[in-house]
Amino acid sequence: MTARTRWSNRTRWSSRTRWSSLSRPLALAGLAVVPVLVLGVFFVLPVSGMLQLGFWADGSFDPGAVLEVLGRPRVHRVVWFTVWSASVATAVAVLLGLPAAHALHRLRFPGRDVVRAALLVPFVLPTVVVGVAFRQLLGEAGPLGFLRLDGTAVAILAGLVFFNVAVVIRVVGAAWESLDPRPGEAAAALGASPAQVFRTVTLPALRPAIVSAASVVFLFCATAFGVVLTLGGLRYSSVETEIYLLTTNLLDLQAAAALSILQLVAVVVLLLVAGRLRAVPDPEVSRVLARPRWPARGDVWALTSTLLLLVLVAAPIATLVVGSLHVDGDWSLGNYRALTTNGTHQALLVPVTDALVTSLRTAVDATWMSLSMGLLVAFTVTRRSRSRAERRVRRGLDGLFMLPLGVSAVTLGFGFLITLDEPPLDLRSSPLLVPIAQALVALPLVVRTIVPVLAGINDRQRQAAASLGAGPLRAVLTVDLPVVWKPLLAAGGFAFAVSLGEFGATSFLAREEHPTLPVVIYRLIGHPGPMNYGMALAASVVLAATTTVVMLVVERLRVPSVGAF
Amino acid sequence: MKSSRALSALAALTTLGLTVTGCSTVGEESSDTSTDSSVVLVTHDSFVLPKALKKKFEQESGYDLVVRASGDAGQLTNKLVLTKDDPIGDVAFGVDNTFASRALDAGVFAPYSFDEPAGAADYALPGDDDHRLTPVDNGNVCVNVDDTWFADHDQAPPKTLDDLTDPAYQDLFVLPGAATSSTGMAFLLATIAAYGEDGWQGYWSKLMDNGAKLTAGWSDAYEVDFTQGGGSGDRPIVLSYDSSPAFTVPKGAKTSSTSALLDTCFEQVEYAGVLEGAGNVDGAEAFVRFMDSPEVQAALPESMYVFPVVDGVKLPSDWARYAVQPTDSYAVDPADVAAHRDEWLRDWSDITSR
Repeated sequence: MTARTRWSNRTRWSSRTRWSSLSRPLALAGLAVVPVLVLGVFFVLPVSGMLQLGFWADGSFDPGAVLEVLGRPRVHRVVWFTVWSASVATAVAVLLGLPAAHALHRLRFPGRDVVRAALLVPFVLPTVVVGVAFRQLLGEAGPLGFLRLDGTAVAILAGLVFFNVAVVIRVVGAAWESLDPRPGEAAAALGASPAQVFRTVTLPALRPAIVSAASVVFLFCATAFGVVLTLGGLRYSSVETEIYLLTTNLLDLQAAAALSILQLVAVVVLLLVAGRLRAVPDPEVSRVLARPRWPARGDVWALTSTLLLLVLVAAPIATLVVGSLHVDGDWSLGNYRALTTNGTHQALLVPVTDALVTSLRTAVDATWMSLSMGLLVAFTVTRRSRSRAERRVRRGLDGLFMLPLGVSAVTLGFGFLITLDEPPLDLRSSPLLVPIAQALVALPLVVRTIVPVLAGINDRQRQAAASLGAGPLRAVLTVDLPVVWKPLLAAGGFAFAVSLGEFGATSFLAREEHPTLPVVIYRLIGHPGPMNYGMALAASVVLAATTTVVMLVVERLRVPSVGAF
Repeated sequence: MKSSRALSALAALTTLGLTVTGCSTVGEESSDTSTDSSVVLVTHDSFVLPKALKKKFEQESGYDLVVRASGDAGQLTNKLVLTKDDPIGDVAFGVDNTFASRALDAGVFAPYSFDEPAGAADYALPGDDDHRLTPVDNGNVCVNVDDTWFADHDQAPPKTLDDLTDPAYQDLFVLPGAATSSTGMAFLLATIAAYGEDGWQGYWSKLMDNGAKLTAGWSDAYEVDFTQGGGSGDRPIVLSYDSSPAFTVPKGAKTSSTSALLDTCFEQVEYAGVLEGAGNVDGAEAFVRFMDSPEVQAALPESMYVFPVVDGVKLPSDWARYAVQPTDSYAVDPADVAAHRDEWLRDWSDITSR
């Protein structure tokens, strides 16, 4: 069927539904209103509050002073470093992630699920701990010290890849899993070599997922903070570290505002480009669940590179584990036993075990918040648009919810303090502020997981349901839900992991009596005391183990996913 | 129909499950919302007050103490400056002598004087004529050396700032950077005090040429690179505190394996103050007085790794024995710091990232 006939088919069908021309925009607004409000209050308002302080520095509007900042040579250096380091790290993460996505989502071998869950662990580890682990490995006295990588840009890139390769594996893997194997088999039967099949059949089909993953990873890399400072030995500054320095140390809000604007513009451009690259002529795909098969000879390269990746990810984590099992140079479980205490010299107000409970409870909240908002957003942006304007609005909404990825946590944190202080929005000390902030960070991942799946549903199925007398809600429940159910679980697992590991915004908002685990780890590692360092390592191992268990459980619930970013 | 019923059942079950098992924070009492009977303390994330002392304050003053702690001294100061028209608490603790001028210039603190215990006045902030800030604790940022390492290598450890640029100590010094660490900033200020506003740049060039290594934070330098830290570092000279040697006494030993170089120190003083526009001025003032009370002063070393400012407070035995305080340390006028911080940090970044 050509696009033309499909289109006329669709209009004929939908004219039978009861949607009038006026109720459609209203329905659109109705679906979107909750997430947009949340984003408005907890993101747009605080960020514009900070920008306003920069632009109205002395009470009068002074955009010139802000723009002047962008002309500084130092700013040029910082921007250049951010762009190239994030680009290279993204490319490497994609190159390493693709074979692993194939091996972990198309093949079946013992221990596959554990490897899959383990590769997500770096994603949640606190940067400060990973930084220390990396430096023990790469440092002058470390086992890899001979490489002389400590304090170089290569170390920064390795750190960025370490943190983000999981995103590529998960996102691309989900799409690969449900890829119909038959076109590839047909090409092979016609004489195409495996490489040709991959280049001409598989890769084009995976393009939307790869572009989605790459754009998210790029945003994560470009706004990385701890990695750049810790592993770069202070010789490198990115836009994010510069904003941090300007805001928390120098209180130079004009310069910070200039860089924040730059970040926002860059994110918008990136989203536009990614949208272009992601667009495929026909998003509706037949989802076939290919049974994972046993590895064949041709899979050697994929398995080898997965193994390599596993080693790369495991090495820093192994230093963590070994360190956590040492007290005064001897093997001991002392650090773990100490987790129920408040640390040497009462470094902590609550034991690590309490913090773990707080983290899990917060993560539950952040997960349901981001899932429900993400679903609403996804439903809103994937309905078929009648007009160009409507389509623009939907696309704009889609992009709007990606913005939190591109804005500095410091800007958001300070923004909360100065804007959410008046009734009815006096929320500065609300216990829900932490899960809401984390939900905003996880939201883009949730949206990117669900949107392609919903977009892949043939609209005629809904119309068929409607013509059989189903109301809009019933149609959603019978048509959309069964398809979106499993990717939703996958997205939930991701949101949960994001919440468990989130540090930037949380450290700003966490309440003293109820700190989360990463906040406690940060505190332990920053305080002298014979046991505190060991306890920080042990607590990180606990965080990593918790994440792995949660991921394994989600994998069990998940069954094969049909999701894609 | 079937799937929608299943879905609502699932939703109901999930909600029930979350609420019953307490897996969610929704519906939880917001324990730190301020009320008339509470006093809200804004502080940095190194603040620790033993539970017994918190209870004591609450009993004596009749107010509940609500603590909002996050960030370092710099973040704390900037938070207070940004929210000065609608303060986020009643009283603040933790603004130090490198950031205090910024807070005073912005009008964050209200004047409050009381009959301070003997000794505290010695630490008053220069230029704080209306007595808006009350000194609570002090500590010195000093270069530390691993004495065991130097003994093993038959080498005399360095003593002064100048020694650190001596080729004999090449590639042995690790320190947190001034831009990202308040400890690092204190050391930069020490060198500015020692070599003057036009001389410190030359010193830093020599220091970097001699292989000094910069890290992002104190924990990185001490735990990873320092030979006596948690890891297996290979640098025996580190920037830390005058109290650090008290934490490196091997089990059963009579001496610490590290010592602080007392001619390289910069003194940090932390203050408490009543916030301008506080809702509970009475409670805020009670808290400031409480911080200088003998019990809190005695608890400072163990809980926050700092020394008391009040005379005659007994130190923990480890501290009394191993943590030696310098008699004379470097100082920079707080007003100068406020005026030049930006410029100094920029110059410093240029020199060190060359």
